[in-house]
Amino acid sequence: MSWLLSFPILIPFAAAVIAFLLKDGPGGRWASVIGSAAMLIASMALMTNVLSEGVVAGQMGGWPAPFGITLVADYLSAVMVVITAITALAVSIYAMADVNARIASLGYHALFQVLIAGVAGAFLTGDLFNLYVWFEVMLIASFGLLVMGGSKEQIDGGVKYVALNLVSTILFLTGIGLLYGMTGTLNMADLARTVPLIENQALVTVIAVMFMVAFGVKAAVFPLFFWLPAAYHTPAFSTSAIFAGLLTKVGVYALMRMFTLIFVGDIAFTHEILLWVACFTMVTGVLGAAAQNDFRKILSFHIVSQIGYMILGLALMTPLAILGAVFYLVHHIIVKANLFLVAGVAARIAGSTELKRIGGLYAHAPLLAFLFLIPAFSLAGFPPLSGFWAKFLLVKAALEDGHGFVAFIALAVGAFTIFSMTKIWAEAFWTPHPDNVEPKLNRLEKRMFWPLILPIAGLAVLTCFIGLFPEPFVQFAEGATAQLLDPTAYIDAVLGGAE
Amino acid sequence: MELVLSILVGVLVAAAIYLMLARDLMRFLFGLILISNAANLAIFTSGRLTTGAPPLITPGSDFPAEGAANALPQALVLTAIVIGFGLFAFALTLTLKAYKRLGTLDTSEMRVAEPRDDA
Repeated sequence: MSWLLSFPILIPFAAAVIAFLLKDGPGGRWASVIGSAAMLIASMALMTNVLSEGVVAGQMGGWPAPFGITLVADYLSAVMVVITAITALAVSIYAMADVNARIASLGYHALFQVLIAGVAGAFLTGDLFNLYVWFEVMLIASFGLLVMGGSKEQIDGGVKYVALNLVSTILFLTGIGLLYGMTGTLNMADLARTVPLIENQALVTVIAVMFMVAFGVKAAVFPLFFWLPAAYHTPAFSTSAIFAGLLTKVGVYALMRMFTLIFVGDIAFTHEILLWVACFTMVTGVLGAAAQNDFRKILSFHIVSQIGYMILGLALMTPLAILGAVFYLVHHIIVKANLFLVAGVAARIAGSTELKRIGGLYAHAPLLAFLFLIPAFSLAGFPPLSGFWAKFLLVKAALEDGHGFVAFIALAVGAFTIFSMTKIWAEAFWTPHPDNVEPKLNRLEKRMFWPLILPIAGLAVLTCFIGLFPEPFVQFAEGATAQLLDPTAYIDAVLGGAE
Repeated sequence: MELVLSILVGVLVAAAIYLMLARDLMRFLFGLILISNAANLAIFTSGRLTTGAPPLITPGSDFPAEGAANALPQALVLTAIVIGFGLFAFALTLTLKAYKRLGTLDTSEMRVAEPRDDA
């Protein structure tokens, strides 16, 4: 049982070791791809197990909870691990062509796998301090990936990324210490039981806000998001894509976990803050995007704006809203990673990511244009793509809960999203190239074509699939929501099943 | 003892925030060291502080003697110190690299990734 839970973490670590040993040859990138594929299989096996048994928990090292470290997978954790593996597979294939030999020999593929292991660990752990350790694993790997190559932009963006993330880490650590001082446990299921028994609930709320700020920095919510648009447009495209897909979402996941499982004592206060944070995040992100003129910078600001939608679902805390947030989380990872991958191909054949300096992609690379349209429309929320259902669920939840104003903001932000997607479309795809270059796809080297296009096409197919057949996904998200709002099964699986 | 350490944590955090608000990256880093030590001390304090009461379990009993300090936070602090050290070493290297590549440690002058004339 516990092996099934630890495989999605162990496989990327093993792949990282192999990739590091083979970093000077083609073996490194193959190790990364094979590791991601193996992780996908392992996470699917875990998912099957979770689907048949509800919540799966395992105690590491044989120490019973709450003393040992628990790994636990409910519906939400399981789906996040699967989606992590899918994104990792897509991006590691893309990285085969995108990452040049110099960067690869610095150990790019090894760090990439360490990052994936950190993300998977953060999704699967049931222990607060262990979550901190996974955050650190993720953080140090992301630092390396971000500045690898060492261009001026990367160093500049890296400084801001590192500085703000370290501050958030320390806040997180302090929060853990104080919470432990009050409850004497670090096991998340045990905390869910003991935190409501604390006499001084005001102090719990203070700690809750501390966690909110710490995870808020990771998730890049207003007003803590400034590191993200400063850094995400600087590294290699595959790095941007995996960061955009996964890293902020770990913050969102941690917020969802903590504020449905542990900090539910003063919902009127904490979730009201989250609601306003969500609105401001949506609006500032989309306005920031409207002011940008670079492919990746626009996409970076859109991450911020989209995070707002997920936080909105959490803030409303009704079954439908959480359902929407879970659905949004899954949809967003696929779509956002894909858009960054498209940006990479566009920059490769047209010469830049600055929209003023590229053009003509629609006339000369219609396939790429088509592959851009799917995630772009999905992001903006066009039916029948996945983003439509995600937004539809959230807006409906906001209206049902009597938050008409919030629903209006969510819809307006959607409209602005279309505006900046149109900007990319018009400047990069429609207008002719300013230097009269013909950005055809066959400008790519032959050996690069499939590794670059295949992951984009695969993720686009997945987006369409979720959009056309949302029923099973919504049902699954319903299950995840039920588990989040009534954590009895989670707590029993962790504490009851411990021998 | 708890009171003394609590005040110390408060002083460290205040000094750290003062340093971290500076534009100079080196000052920011010093602030970071101080605040991470403050966090470690806070965790340390949360595990009860006693003198002369080792958390040893006498033969035949299942629990350490009453009033002994909790050993777990100390283990946590050790982990946090190691992790913090690694991260700080990276941050320091990055700062050095930033100074070499960008020629400044003034954060308001670091505008390569976000140029002022963006629009």
